[in-house]
Amino acid sequence: MSDINEPQPVIDACNIKKSFGAFTAVDDISFSVDKGMCFGILGPNGAGKTSTIRMIYGFSPLTSGDIFVFGLDIKKLHRKIKARIGVCQQDNTLDPDLTVMQNFEVFARYFNIDRKTTLERASSLLKFFALEQRRDARATELSGGMVRRLVIARALINQPELLILDEPTTGLDPQSRHQVWEKLESLKKQGMTILLTTHYMDEAARLCDNLVIMDHGKILAQGSPQSLISEYTGENIIEVAEPEDNLRTFSREKKVRQEDLGHRLIIYAENGPELYQEICGRFTHKSCILRSATLEDVFLKLTGRELRE
Amino acid sequence: MNVNISIRFIRIWQRNLTVYKESWKVNFLPPLLEPLFYLLAFGIGFSGMIDSVSYASKEVSYVRFIAPSLVAINIMNNAFFENTFGSFVRMYYQKTFDAMMATPLNAEEIITGEIVWGATKAAIGTVIMLIVISFFGLVSYPAGLLIVFAAFLGGIAFGSVAMIFTGIVARIELFNLPIFLFITPMFLFSGTFFPITGLPLWAQYFALLLPLTHLVNLVRALSFGLFNSEALIGFCYLIIFCLIMFPLAIFKMHRRLIK
Repeated sequence: MSDINEPQPVIDACNIKKSFGAFTAVDDISFSVDKGMCFGILGPNGAGKTSTIRMIYGFSPLTSGDIFVFGLDIKKLHRKIKARIGVCQQDNTLDPDLTVMQNFEVFARYFNIDRKTTLERASSLLKFFALEQRRDARATELSGGMVRRLVIARALINQPELLILDEPTTGLDPQSRHQVWEKLESLKKQGMTILLTTHYMDEAARLCDNLVIMDHGKILAQGSPQSLISEYTGENIIEVAEPEDNLRTFSREKKVRQEDLGHRLIIYAENGPELYQEICGRFTHKSCILRSATLEDVFLKLTGRELRE
Repeated sequence: MNVNISIRFIRIWQRNLTVYKESWKVNFLPPLLEPLFYLLAFGIGFSGMIDSVSYASKEVSYVRFIAPSLVAINIMNNAFFENTFGSFVRMYYQKTFDAMMATPLNAEEIITGEIVWGATKAAIGTVIMLIVISFFGLVSYPAGLLIVFAAFLGGIAFGSVAMIFTGIVARIELFNLPIFLFITPMFLFSGTFFPITGLPLWAQYFALLLPLTHLVNLVRALSFGLFNSEALIGFCYLIIFCLIMFPLAIFKMHRRLIK
């Protein structure tokens, strides 16, 4: 039983599973997202990220398990839930035949929002997303970054309490990515609960309070970006290019956590600076660097380095 | 499958109307010009060879005979093309249905809205055509006004069939198959350009199975101001046809959209 003082999570996913025939896309995972948090689902292509969030916004029926959004059962009350969330899908789903403003009008009608309210909200959303100048442009005339901002803006027309974003910055140039991040950060400051999927670690590290790393439909790790780094890689990483064999013997004897990629040796060092000095001084190598561990190190360590296609 | 269709389907219809209005000039052109071309070709070109056709135990001019066929063919084409190519583009290329499914709308409402829209487009085309052919005195009023309702009913019938194909084809090019095997034969053999009594007996029975035959019968009777048994049978046939095809369309599309 939940305590009365304990706030109810916005999303509560219990043992959810999604199968397509013999293939299991999401394999019995559980997680919850609290109000005002930004929660990330990370994973390589085909990990089950999109399948997971599609179940949450009522697009795909669950094979088994339960999802409660705002405490409501997605299997029974999906229409009520969908009225209170905003979804930004991976594909550009704008109406290409219509202008920016018409896209808002058409989309707002799906939520039964009256025209006057739509125009007011659309104007302030266009302003917030720096798209005011383009309100009468056709959706096909917009750049990739503008399209993405417009899709997010359109997802906010019903003033959702939860915003779900499927790879919000995939395919954008660095300027556009940073602009999207800034907007998402200010939405977060306004108290918006955000669920996003991504395979960009810098994106997750910057935006997410909490995240899960998924692969093959399962959750491999869960926590805040910093706690995952501490838990799986330590604070520092020494990367040695073209290491000599003596170094390999040395590090094995020292029993440091390491990954040998052949031409490159990655050492997860707890006493980083000292070990770095020692390695640089004693062994031959092409280059040797000491750097802070990132979420990307955790991700690669957990999901492996082989290509996903 | 849990079928749940609310009046919200009107939102999909409105969306398509908004897009239609954006290019209304282009959309108005075919129903305006097509009957003129046909009437010119058949009225002037053919009438030298065919004096009159016997219809409802009267001799009527050939142009008067085919004018309602042109209306019925236009209803079939409008609804069929809208719910095959049009709906497929929205579903597959523009991801319009994906966007809708993330809102309070559901798959059944999307399909209903699409089919009702196809029928509406057929009815709009019919109104334009009726205006054009009325200038040539080819429609009896007020009964002729009921042709607009026949257009809507026929539009639901052909739109539902179209939607079934949209639910099953893998690629857009495959629509050529139902057009070649279903639409074109109907265009020619449904009592459109000659009375089906001109066909061998077996072919007459076959023609009576086709929905266009019944739509042509209904529209033709109304254009002459007649409420005969052919019109009644045509009307009943189309209602029953819709009652079978529409749920089937919902079922096939539901399977395609829900992943």
